[in-house]
Amino acid sequence: MNSSQINRIKDQLFRIFAILCTAAGILVLGVLLYDVCSKGLDRLSWEFLANLPSRFPEKSGIYTALYGMVWLLVLTILISFPIGIGAGLYLEEYGKRNRMARFIEVNISNLAGVPSVIYGILGLQIFNRMLHLGNSLLTGALTLALLILPVIIVSTREAVKAVPKSLREASLALGATKWQTIRRVVLPSSFGGIITGLILSISRAVGETAPLIVIGALVYVPFVPRGPMDEFTVLPIQIFNWTTRPQQGFVINAAAAIIVLLIFTFFLNGIAVYLRNRWYRKLKG
Amino acid sequence: MFKLEAKNLDLFYGSKQALKNISMGIKPNTVTAFIGPSGCGKSTLLRCFNRMNDLIENVRIEGEVLIDGRDIYHSRINLDDHRKKIGMVFQKPNPFPKSIFENVAYGLRINGVTHKKFIVETVERSLRQAALWEEVKDNLNKSALALSGGQQQRLCIARALAVEPSVVLMDEPASALDPISTQKIEELVHALKSKYTIVIVTHNMQQAARISDKTAFFYIGELIEYDETSKIFTNPGHEKTQNYVTGRFG
Repeated sequence: MNSSQINRIKDQLFRIFAILCTAAGILVLGVLLYDVCSKGLDRLSWEFLANLPSRFPEKSGIYTALYGMVWLLVLTILISFPIGIGAGLYLEEYGKRNRMARFIEVNISNLAGVPSVIYGILGLQIFNRMLHLGNSLLTGALTLALLILPVIIVSTREAVKAVPKSLREASLALGATKWQTIRRVVLPSSFGGIITGLILSISRAVGETAPLIVIGALVYVPFVPRGPMDEFTVLPIQIFNWTTRPQQGFVINAAAAIIVLLIFTFFLNGIAVYLRNRWYRKLKG
Repeated sequence: MFKLEAKNLDLFYGSKQALKNISMGIKPNTVTAFIGPSGCGKSTLLRCFNRMNDLIENVRIEGEVLIDGRDIYHSRINLDDHRKKIGMVFQKPNPFPKSIFENVAYGLRINGVTHKKFIVETVERSLRQAALWEEVKDNLNKSALALSGGQQQRLCIARALAVEPSVVLMDEPASALDPISTQKIEELVHALKSKYTIVIVTHNMQQAARISDKTAFFYIGELIEYDETSKIFTNPGHEKTQNYVTGRFG
């Protein structure tokens, strides 16, 4: 066998290996989906979405959890998006390139890898206890905002970095100020990348359970929150709660709630893909 | 009275000196060509006139750059206002990812112009000046990125003209274009001379000879020779210039 034959065999082997890797991922996902759907699909109904939690599984619903989740997400978005985008813009557009900047850069990336339960402990101490916000929606939103900020900052920076320098120069040479250049050229050109990062970070926040449990989100909430200072629960916590119950009925409820959560996440990711494609088409004209 | 003037100008990138004691004056309503081998400092000098070098870190500038007799580096000028008076066209066409109309209107919009009729008229006038109007008048709302390279470059010229600068700086505006587009740009430069002071950096010797009134030859950060274009190309006073314009090096 000569070396080109060996190379061809290696090429084929790697191809098979890559296919197997992909297949493994898809297979696991498929089994999970099948398991969840076979248990929970029948349970899905309008009443399930609209009912309050109950100690009888067949009467229980996820109304408060869904409501709480939407509240929590809206608050998290309001807090984290402006700060994250602002910080990303500062680091990329205004900040000087020195040792300090690199230090901050590395640490932001590190923060993105910190286990979420740590953020929960931080939130518990600072927002719940020191700032006396209690186990409210606001505490939860602030904690989740901290959790997803690194992702938003990093993705904003990457998107902004991808805008060609020549476009900035064109704008500045026309007498635009830095802010005008950012608002009219840099942000529109990096919109697709930024929005993708935002939605991916939000779909991460949707699935978080650990930090919310740590800050004291309630498990049983028989009412819907009316304001940011109210107590709350969210879907992942509801699911977590139901899976710890011995009755088979609650396990089925958990499966149904998981389906709702999955649909929600797919929906968010779908929006991300749609917005990015639409923006890309517009850019290309 | 010179429109643009450099006096004993030194420029350093970190510790590397890119411009060495440059002194020259450019008269209004003339076309001046900067020629010289790559890295000779001609683009750097061009960018001093609208302070685009400020965007690069670790740049140090000594000496004076005067526009209409005012030192733009040391007097208290407003940089944004100053840049509005100096149009710039870059080597690679760099239209914004916006419509053709919005590209040209950009300079007006950042100045806070909202008068719709005025904007429409200015866009048309600028596109006509840049000899692009006939080709795009039916597609003003199409993305500028859908235009050809030559059209994009003329769009960039129209964009620069829309804010009515008195000086237009061109940094190798035709180097990325095909011969026909290049010819259009050159005709344009000629036509614009009556209203604007034009400085053009070029690698193309014939181009410099065709379109400019005066030519400046740079070599490793120094201004070797600056004279009437006809003299530079037929009877240069310096041996290096002679060698460069006849293609013996560079």
